[in-house]
Amino acid sequence: MSYQPVKFYQTGTFTVGNRLLDESDRSVQATTARNNSLNSGHRACQGCGEALGARYAIDAAMAASNRQLIAANATGCLEVFSTPYPETSWQMPWIHSLFGNAPAVASGVAAAMRIKGRTEVRVVAQGGDGSTTDIGFGCLSGMFERNDDVLYICYDNEGYMNTGVQRSSATPPAVRTATTMPLGPEPGNVFGQGKYLPAIAMAHRIPFVATATVADLRDLEHKVKHAINIRGAKYIHIFVPCPLGWGSASHDTINLAYMAKECGLFPVFQAEYGKITGVSKIRKPIPVEDYMKPQRRYAHLFGKNPALETIAKIQARADENISTYGLLEEGVN
Amino acid sequence: MTLKQIEGSHGVAETIALCRPEVICAYPISPQTHIVEGLGEMVKAGELRAEYLNVESEFAAMSVAIGSSAAGARTYTATASQGLLFMVEAVYNAAGLGLPIVMTVANRAIGAPINIWNDHSDSMSQRDCGWIQLFAETNQEAMDLHIQAFKLAEELSLPVMVCMDGFILTHAYERLDVPTQEQVDAFLPPFEPRQILDPSHPVSIGAMVGPEAFTEVRYLAHAKQLQALDLLPEISADFKKSFGRDSGGLIRPYKTEGAETIVIALGSVLGTIKDVIDEMQEAGCSIGVLGITSFRPFPLDAIRDALKGAKRIVVLEKCFAVGVGGIVATNVRMALEGSGQQVRTVVAGLGGRAITMSSLHAIFLEAMAGKLEALTFLDLNSEVVDHVLELERNVRLSGPVAESVLRNIGTVASNIA
Ligand SMILES: Cc1ncc(C[n+]2csc(CCOP(=O)(O)OP(=O)(O)O)c2C)c(N)n1
Ligand code: SF4
Ligand SMILES: [Mg+2]
Repeated sequence: MSYQPVKFYQTGTFTVGNRLLDESDRSVQATTARNNSLNSGHRACQGCGEALGARYAIDAAMAASNRQLIAANATGCLEVFSTPYPETSWQMPWIHSLFGNAPAVASGVAAAMRIKGRTEVRVVAQGGDGSTTDIGFGCLSGMFERNDDVLYICYDNEGYMNTGVQRSSATPPAVRTATTMPLGPEPGNVFGQGKYLPAIAMAHRIPFVATATVADLRDLEHKVKHAINIRGAKYIHIFVPCPLGWGSASHDTINLAYMAKECGLFPVFQAEYGKITGVSKIRKPIPVEDYMKPQRRYAHLFGKNPALETIAKIQARADENISTYGLLEEGVN
Repeated sequence: MTLKQIEGSHGVAETIALCRPEVICAYPISPQTHIVEGLGEMVKAGELRAEYLNVESEFAAMSVAIGSSAAGARTYTATASQGLLFMVEAVYNAAGLGLPIVMTVANRAIGAPINIWNDHSDSMSQRDCGWIQLFAETNQEAMDLHIQAFKLAEELSLPVMVCMDGFILTHAYERLDVPTQEQVDAFLPPFEPRQILDPSHPVSIGAMVGPEAFTEVRYLAHAKQLQALDLLPEISADFKKSFGRDSGGLIRPYKTEGAETIVIALGSVLGTIKDVIDEMQEAGCSIGVLGITSFRPFPLDAIRDALKGAKRIVVLEKCFAVGVGGIVATNVRMALEGSGQQVRTVVAGLGGRAITMSSLHAIFLEAMAGKLEALTFLDLNSEVVDHVLELERNVRLSGPVAESVLRNIGTVASNIA
């Protein structure tokens, strides 16, 4: 895991560190030499976590590959808001084909680069959680299984946002979406078995799997930079709050991503060849309510008659993550 | 020229290899398997320098092809039937993106009921997807068409489907002329893409287009495909110069000069039809046959010219549009608009049913006598279908159609005995 040697407990975040660090340790976003791969002027909502995540990730990938990067993009918010013809925000070679095939398109690009001997060119594929965990799942698994030389980045905003906030298999239990309304005896999304893609990616024993959030730029950049130069299949799952779909304030995007990690609902770790090699510890444990309350998609669980049982079940999931991934610092409780 | 006694699929595989594909995606489905197996063998043995991807579905096969073609690699894949349907979304996408992918379709029926044998329902379902569609009459032509297909695809930056009859061609062993590498290299220059994903010239491909430009984009797809109407005969003539034989082009008339009745068909059945025409002409019948090589673009003018003077046209097709009738016939009617010529549709060979010379003979005589109905199913067992229709009228829970039909026909084994 990437941690700067200096800690900034006075602010409780890692975001102010750059000027105290060596130039070589500064984040890509902090340098004027960054590529602005996803340039300004696109049409994402204010405070869109996906836009932020993509900007961080792709700039880091550009920096790590000496700008020898090609991206394949699935249909979804990121694609729609970045390329309304005749405009494009992408300052890099970029292709959008379909909703469910970005991993395969990227495999094709990688194959073309290999046969042409252009080994310096690196390939990323990117898509939302719906594209990744549902419709593009077969192509993604195939790409992993063949160990194609592609870094796949999933921007997880926990729903089909581009089509108007419907449930995906990455939507958490109890959440309100347009297809899981807060009605009836069990309002919101069902408590299913879940479909946790980072673990599924690990089961393919690919060289590198990691999770990250837009709240920790340095960690995210580090993981992307590390992944981009590994040959073979890589997977990074980035937690990206969606103000529109979640009913949260635009200025809360980073805070929500931070709280998702701190409450244990979104574990941040990395794994090599199917084995976990690093975990971002929780620094200040918080109850899941703190994370849920600022989001209107959970509003039906609170109010006059809070759904205590449901909230307890969600807390139990967070607690299970905390023990499964060892998220607590030794001695912190 | 040295002829080799080989299987059609193998001939195609060897020919594809000579076209120097850089990326090949493979997913098995009968009757296409031997083609991709052949190519896989050549890549494994180091005889062919290409990336060979064993993908997890046809949808992935076409998607990989989209990626590699957009990145400037000459790309090939093959499929059939259910496989073609499984990749449909990507098939349309490849055309929309203007990517010069070449794909063989080893024509096969579509289920349910599942059926592995030959007809044209699969590629016909994709007639409006924007790909150029060429139909091979023989295995030699299938091989030749692939060489021409790469040239055409790369010239126009459009994908090309080469359709060859499953089993009838793919699995037939015959003497085939496999050209030399020098011949193919001289005919087919290296791929120089029109658009390419390259970090030194970054472009965005596949942007979202709204109502303000979508009609224009679609019109251009049409206009571009129509350019193949000029290009195909040119490429075919060049091919003849280099390889010494007629292959490709738009249409193939046979003894149509002065014929009152002209039969139209696509693919390998043309061979059988020509034999019937020979016999019938000898017996004094005024009948000829017109083969259509290029189904997309559809050569309206060439067909109109070729049919001039004919009184009636019999379109014999191995597919049909449920609920209306002939697919090829509908297109032929467009070519003949206002001419007053009568067009009759004969649906034949569905799911691999043999199209025999005697059945053809009988149906053509019927046509010439003016007795043929607008839509006829060749060798249809009316007793069986009437029985099933009757059953369904009387019994609501009448069970699955295919099984009901088979119950009345008896088992395959009992039929053979
Ligand atoms: C085959 C197909 N089915 C459905 C759609 C409609 N569709 C487009 S984007 C989208 C939602 C995308 O969700 P996700 O992948 O999570 O990305 P997000 O928009 O949330 O970033 C859907 C359902 C489509 N384009 N193609
Ligand atoms: S709907 Fe959500 S993911 Fe889509 S642009 Fe808006 S904030 Fe971003
Ligand atoms: Mg999403």
